[in-house]
Amino acid sequence: MAEYLRQFLAPEWLAYLVAALVHAFLLVNVLAVSALVFIWLERKVSGRIQDRLGPTRIGGKFGWLQTLADAIKLVTKEDLRPAGADRMLFLIAPYVGFIASFGAYMALPFADNWVAIRLNVAVFFILAVLGLEVFGVILAGYASGSKWSLFGAMREAAQVVSYEVPLGMCVVVPVLIAGTMDLVTIGQMQAGMFTQWFVFHDPFTFIIFGVYFTCATASVNRAPFDLAEAESELVAGFHTEYSGFRWSVFFLSEYGSMFAVSGLAAILFFGGWNGPLPITHWLGLADATNPVLHYLGNFLGLVNFVGKCIFGVTFMMWVRWTLPRLRIDQVMTTCLKYCTPIAAVMFLGAMLWTYFIPGGLVVPNNYGPVREGQLIPAVGTYPSVAPAESDKTASTRAATAIAQAGPGE
Amino acid sequence: MDAINFSSLLFWLFAAVACIFAVAVVLSNNIVRMAFYLILSLGATSGLFFLAGADFVGAMQLMIYVGGTLVLLIFGVMLTVKGPFITMKTSAGEWILAAFVGGSLLTVLLAAATSVEAWQRPAERPAGTQVTATRLGLALMGARVDKLEESDATQRGGMSGYLLPFEIISVHLLVVLIGSAYLARPKRRASNHENQ
Repeated sequence: MAEYLRQFLAPEWLAYLVAALVHAFLLVNVLAVSALVFIWLERKVSGRIQDRLGPTRIGGKFGWLQTLADAIKLVTKEDLRPAGADRMLFLIAPYVGFIASFGAYMALPFADNWVAIRLNVAVFFILAVLGLEVFGVILAGYASGSKWSLFGAMREAAQVVSYEVPLGMCVVVPVLIAGTMDLVTIGQMQAGMFTQWFVFHDPFTFIIFGVYFTCATASVNRAPFDLAEAESELVAGFHTEYSGFRWSVFFLSEYGSMFAVSGLAAILFFGGWNGPLPITHWLGLADATNPVLHYLGNFLGLVNFVGKCIFGVTFMMWVRWTLPRLRIDQVMTTCLKYCTPIAAVMFLGAMLWTYFIPGGLVVPNNYGPVREGQLIPAVGTYPSVAPAESDKTASTRAATAIAQAGPGE
Repeated sequence: MDAINFSSLLFWLFAAVACIFAVAVVLSNNIVRMAFYLILSLGATSGLFFLAGADFVGAMQLMIYVGGTLVLLIFGVMLTVKGPFITMKTSAGEWILAAFVGGSLLTVLLAAATSVEAWQRPAERPAGTQVTATRLGLALMGARVDKLEESDATQRGGMSGYLLPFEIISVHLLVVLIGSAYLARPKRRASNHENQ
């Protein structure tokens, strides 16, 4: 986008600045608006699950504006600071968590090439940045100078550090199948029918998606893994001492990271912006040479992607209001005795599957870039992706080199 | 106004943040604040890596160093908390010793850094190359991608690769983890039967 702007804006730095500001503005809006919608949705979903209506008064029949009313109430609340708190860390902690949650969006593509920064290691980057969100929680818990807060923070720390392990293993599997950590390329590879989605690639990825979603729920600190808040035991856990705007920043980042992990799941397992049927291809909107049609196609992709994310978040809400909260030892058992071994075995299985049946069992891919060893369609309708090319040749050559050297090397 | 170079500006910004908070780590007395400053300093360093186009190393820096500091912070709080907030007093002797060790390391590093000629002028990336982590990953798997251009076919087969050192480090880390878990577990007398 900066290159495009440079045609109109004379100094180079101005073009870059404007491009950066536009990206940042859009992403902040994604975060804020999605939180606005999801908080309303959470109230409605919880209401329905508990056999009541949820908010109905503000903003018409369905209470659309409930979140806005909540927000105004929160902003007008007094900003309390406990006398015994570590003042600087107490004030800064909510924003630390928010920055981490926001940072993940920089590398998350919303449609084909609609991404703020196209990173070669986007998967890894998102995992690394989302892992930092726990800092906000720990700092908040510690700096509050309250034992409830500290207990909550310590639980959160133990939980997040443990769940990073199986989460990383689950994410590696689609990366292994795709042969790249670039989220845009991973999404493009799943173009076509829904059978191209990595969740249907082999039985192992199907199971590992379940493990991924469990670990992702735990890593974003949602019920049934919300021990850090545990209002029945710890008052409100790490945010006991917070009020008003700072308190709402915690929730903004929580909903932000829920959306981010759902988006990651959508791209890694559910085809990202590619719908279950290749409608954009049938309508001829996937043609990259025509900017207007391509934009329309990408917009359909965006709708698809956001729909999948909303589905993921709604699923998390459903789980939250259905299952009871786990105890800390049950949380650790789930992670170390179930998630980690299952993820390891599925990783091994997926590896063997891609080694012995590299083409998969079902239809060839007519629409996206072809994976290594996949059945090659007679007529490719998708232009080959240039950046993946250099990667592929390098890896093929290395593979040949290893094969030549033989095992006794 | 055309002279503003964003790369240089961001470089100075990240470098300044890294240095300022590194000094703040030394000057602070509160262990949690120290860890927080360390996180900011390391985060700024990863920003420098991203600026240099080394996305993989930058993400690694975030994951390993910043995540490692997280564990450090937790242990710092868990093992040292007696009152609500901990402050550590540093004696004059410790200051002198630390200044001596740190100063000599800084001297060595500065001498080494300024003597490398290639770093003193900006390098241009050769056109058409794309930075990817693929070669790095393949090297860890045992293939020496940098040897593929070798004219001698027998030399091309991968040489040694980094697989063996990688495995040795992994096993070593595992041993350390098991050992520390063994040392850290509570001692039980033989007469005490285990209660869950």
